[in-house]
Amino acid sequence: MTEQRLHPRGKPLRTDVNPVRLLMCKIDGKDISAREDETILSVARQNGINIPTLCHLDGLSERGACRLCIVEVKGAPRLLPSCVTLVRQDMEVTTNSERVTAYRRKILELLFTERNHVCSVCVSNGQCELQALSVELGMSHVHFDYIYPRHSIDATHSRFSVDHNRCVLCARCIRVCDEVEGAHVMDVMGRGITAKVITDLSQPWGDSETCTGCGKCVHVCPTGALSEKGKSVAEMTKRRQFLPYLQLMRKEGQK
Amino acid sequence: MTLTFEDLQQIAKIEKDKQEGIKYQINVCVAAGCLSCQSGVVKESLEREVNRRGLENWTRVKGVGCLGLCAVGPLLYLEPDGVYYQGVQVSDVSEILDSLGGSPVSRLDCSSHLPFFKRQQKIVLENCGKVDPESIEDYIAEGGYQALYTALRAMTPNEVIDDVATSGLRGRGGAGFPTGLKWTAVSKAFNKTKFVICNADEGDPGAFMDRSVLESDPHRVIEGMAIAGAAVGATNGFIYVRAEYPLAVRRLRHAIAQAERLGVLGKNVFNTTFDFEIKVRLGAGAFVCGEETALIASIEGRRGTPRPRPPFPAEFGLWGFPTLINNVETFANIPPIIRNGGDWFAEIGTEKSKGTKVFALAGRVNNTGLIEVPMGTPLRDIVFDIGGGIPENRRFKAVQTGGPSGGCIPEQFLDMPVDYESLAKVGSIMGSGGLIIMDETSCMVDVAKFFMEFCMSESCGKCVPCRVGTTQIYNLLSSITNGTGKSADIPNLEELCDLVKNTSLCGLGQTSPNPVMSTLRYFRDEYEAHIHDKTCPAGACNCGGSKEAK
Amino acid sequence: MEAKVGAKTKEAQDTRWRFVNRTMRLHGNAPHALIETLHSVQEHFGFLDTDSLKYVANALHVPLSLVYGVATFYHYFTLKPPGDHTCVVCKGTACYIGGAATILNTFEDEFGIGPGETTSDGKISLVTARCLGSCGLAPAVVFDGEVKGRMKADEVLEKVRRWTENDTNV
Repeated sequence: MTEQRLHPRGKPLRTDVNPVRLLMCKIDGKDISAREDETILSVARQNGINIPTLCHLDGLSERGACRLCIVEVKGAPRLLPSCVTLVRQDMEVTTNSERVTAYRRKILELLFTERNHVCSVCVSNGQCELQALSVELGMSHVHFDYIYPRHSIDATHSRFSVDHNRCVLCARCIRVCDEVEGAHVMDVMGRGITAKVITDLSQPWGDSETCTGCGKCVHVCPTGALSEKGKSVAEMTKRRQFLPYLQLMRKEGQK
Repeated sequence: MTLTFEDLQQIAKIEKDKQEGIKYQINVCVAAGCLSCQSGVVKESLEREVNRRGLENWTRVKGVGCLGLCAVGPLLYLEPDGVYYQGVQVSDVSEILDSLGGSPVSRLDCSSHLPFFKRQQKIVLENCGKVDPESIEDYIAEGGYQALYTALRAMTPNEVIDDVATSGLRGRGGAGFPTGLKWTAVSKAFNKTKFVICNADEGDPGAFMDRSVLESDPHRVIEGMAIAGAAVGATNGFIYVRAEYPLAVRRLRHAIAQAERLGVLGKNVFNTTFDFEIKVRLGAGAFVCGEETALIASIEGRRGTPRPRPPFPAEFGLWGFPTLINNVETFANIPPIIRNGGDWFAEIGTEKSKGTKVFALAGRVNNTGLIEVPMGTPLRDIVFDIGGGIPENRRFKAVQTGGPSGGCIPEQFLDMPVDYESLAKVGSIMGSGGLIIMDETSCMVDVAKFFMEFCMSESCGKCVPCRVGTTQIYNLLSSITNGTGKSADIPNLEELCDLVKNTSLCGLGQTSPNPVMSTLRYFRDEYEAHIHDKTCPAGACNCGGSKEAK
Repeated sequence: MEAKVGAKTKEAQDTRWRFVNRTMRLHGNAPHALIETLHSVQEHFGFLDTDSLKYVANALHVPLSLVYGVATFYHYFTLKPPGDHTCVVCKGTACYIGGAATILNTFEDEFGIGPGETTSDGKISLVTARCLGSCGLAPAVVFDGEVKGRMKADEVLEKVRRWTENDTNV
């Protein structure tokens, strides 16, 4: 494959003739040096500054959709998603202002109202990213009304099951299936509040002709939406360490 | 075959010669509005009658684009008398032909609507009601494609861009980004392949300007796109048009085929090295595809979900190539700017908003239809002079601009000049140009609910604040309108609006709370009446208690 | 996976596929032709069924789930067969203010179907449109492709009733 690799801002990436420049920026008052092709999120994390994320996962393309990683940048009219915003010389970023954390908490509340997240009966209880985020952001209660939609559980696959009540539409499963496994079994159907993750032509997962049964989607799922069968409440541990490694090895293999 | 300037003039001359000896010309509006009132049948019957009477040597019946006053269609315009006829039926045909040369048929005369026609200044719509939208020769006879010739043969690309920049033209799709800047950005992008896209995915409920322009004068848009292509160095263009506009799609395809046949599109246009071709792509009913990055995704055959910007389409657009995206009306403004110069255009309008704007007047107003006025015209003139006021002597309440991304403007701001800045100041936006007039029978909470229902079902579902936030706002508004609202709902609404506005990914989400926020600002008492007194002041909602209260 | 159906076999099954294949060929069978192709299928078959989605996905080399995602994202596409007659009620702002909601409500009272539904006998489909762009004629209703302006609820019912009566007489 001779596909040209693109840098997140679309310019062709040619490190051989055009070495990436270093620059200085300020995150939460801390002076930090960074490469110009890095995002605010990755620079912050390298320097021990935590920004909450949900749809972001190391090793997958960025989506910029959960809006939890929004940060304030001095001089910018809007809040910017740190996972897709590149650092710039002399940029001043605030990751944890009162305003930003309040917004994050409210976005999280919206996620909880959208579907039926009942932790006490969930296989991922205690190992759920959504749950961890609500602890981290201090979301003690939800003050918007719950929507209580009716969603189904698809347990037709021999090894895995999907519970749409717990899905947050982060599209990690879709991206891992497309970008890493290369099968593109899953995608989103519909739009807006009726959007839903589907397999093939919205048919039961067990009938899917394209699924390889690799289980990557299950392990990247942040909540209990995708789980292995036979797991009881709080038993579903997820392993994601394979992902950056796998991406790296695939790159090596192409050389 | 390559076309030269002489050919162009030759075509214009032949077309003009045809009109020699024509004493009377009857222009019949064949845009969608009038067609749905049977103007097509009227036109056929006129033609038949003219032939039967043997008048064809000096009377010509011509189908033309939108005459503007859609409220009283089918419309006819008689040249050279300058008489407009309204509501013409097949039974009126012989009477009209009898009256040619004599006094007009007073029964059909619409002189009472004179201010509607007199108060307008037409640039984008200059050919509407004049040229036959299905004939390229007719367009050339009115000076068409000369601007493209000038841009290609007498100007450098930079001069073209400078002219557009001097004109002060701003994007007519809603946000009002300076067109010259956009063109410069794309022309500077370093890539051999570039694209020009015309955004004709006019999804705002209550707006039909783009449809009328495409149906009435498709060549103008094609010419504007070709000039843009020459200026920024693109060789391929796409027009992304709604599938819901079959007539516009058909006329556009027809016009492109004519332009290709004549050589104003294709290889070596006007004997230069410039190649340009245009393809039509159909939208499929998604409002969010009006957003640049979503539109690109849709042309690429994917789900029309926006992606975060930057990178902007000017550097990373269609298939990753630099792409120029402008609205139909923006492109339609280009040929006159090149023909008359940027300075001429800059003299029209206000300091920061130049030129004219096409508006679609609809709702509770007498003269619904399509109008074009200079920027800075006060809203009051638009509603009461051109629009002819509110029917049945009801009281004006508010005017909604900018569709689901705009706001409701109450009476106290009616004397405000219409331009990008003034509208933003009162919490609305210019939008693509829909003006919906509301009277005392319209409930503002219900209107806000209507727009929120629209945003909710048009949300692509990618980002959380827009997907869930709009649903939450809609649910609150529904409970307020059906009489189950609580006093905590108003602060909750404000909180949600603020959240959705500040954290959503694309323009659709960021502007979707505008109708709610503006009605909360100017009509808060109506919200309170619904919640506390369980009554709808306008009598539009059924709040349970409203009947006893009356 | 089941064997891929070739273009010729498909055309032999139903000649309408010729138009669809032509659309795909015009775009070089490239994945970006998906929406244009779905338009073509819907234009000639009236709706998109599972079989045609599969065929299009194979022909354009697009994942099945993506085809389904696209077909359900755009509201213009329908996965259900339409009724013999279709009544489209415009729900644009001007039509809403002009009383489109009343038309929809009376329609539901009379025929028992809401927007996007078809009567059980498959005679009438009721659809809402976002905006037909005929705002000057609000409220606008389209009867089998024919746009009518300034409709009242009872006029709409009258027209639709005529459909059902005519069909039973035939």
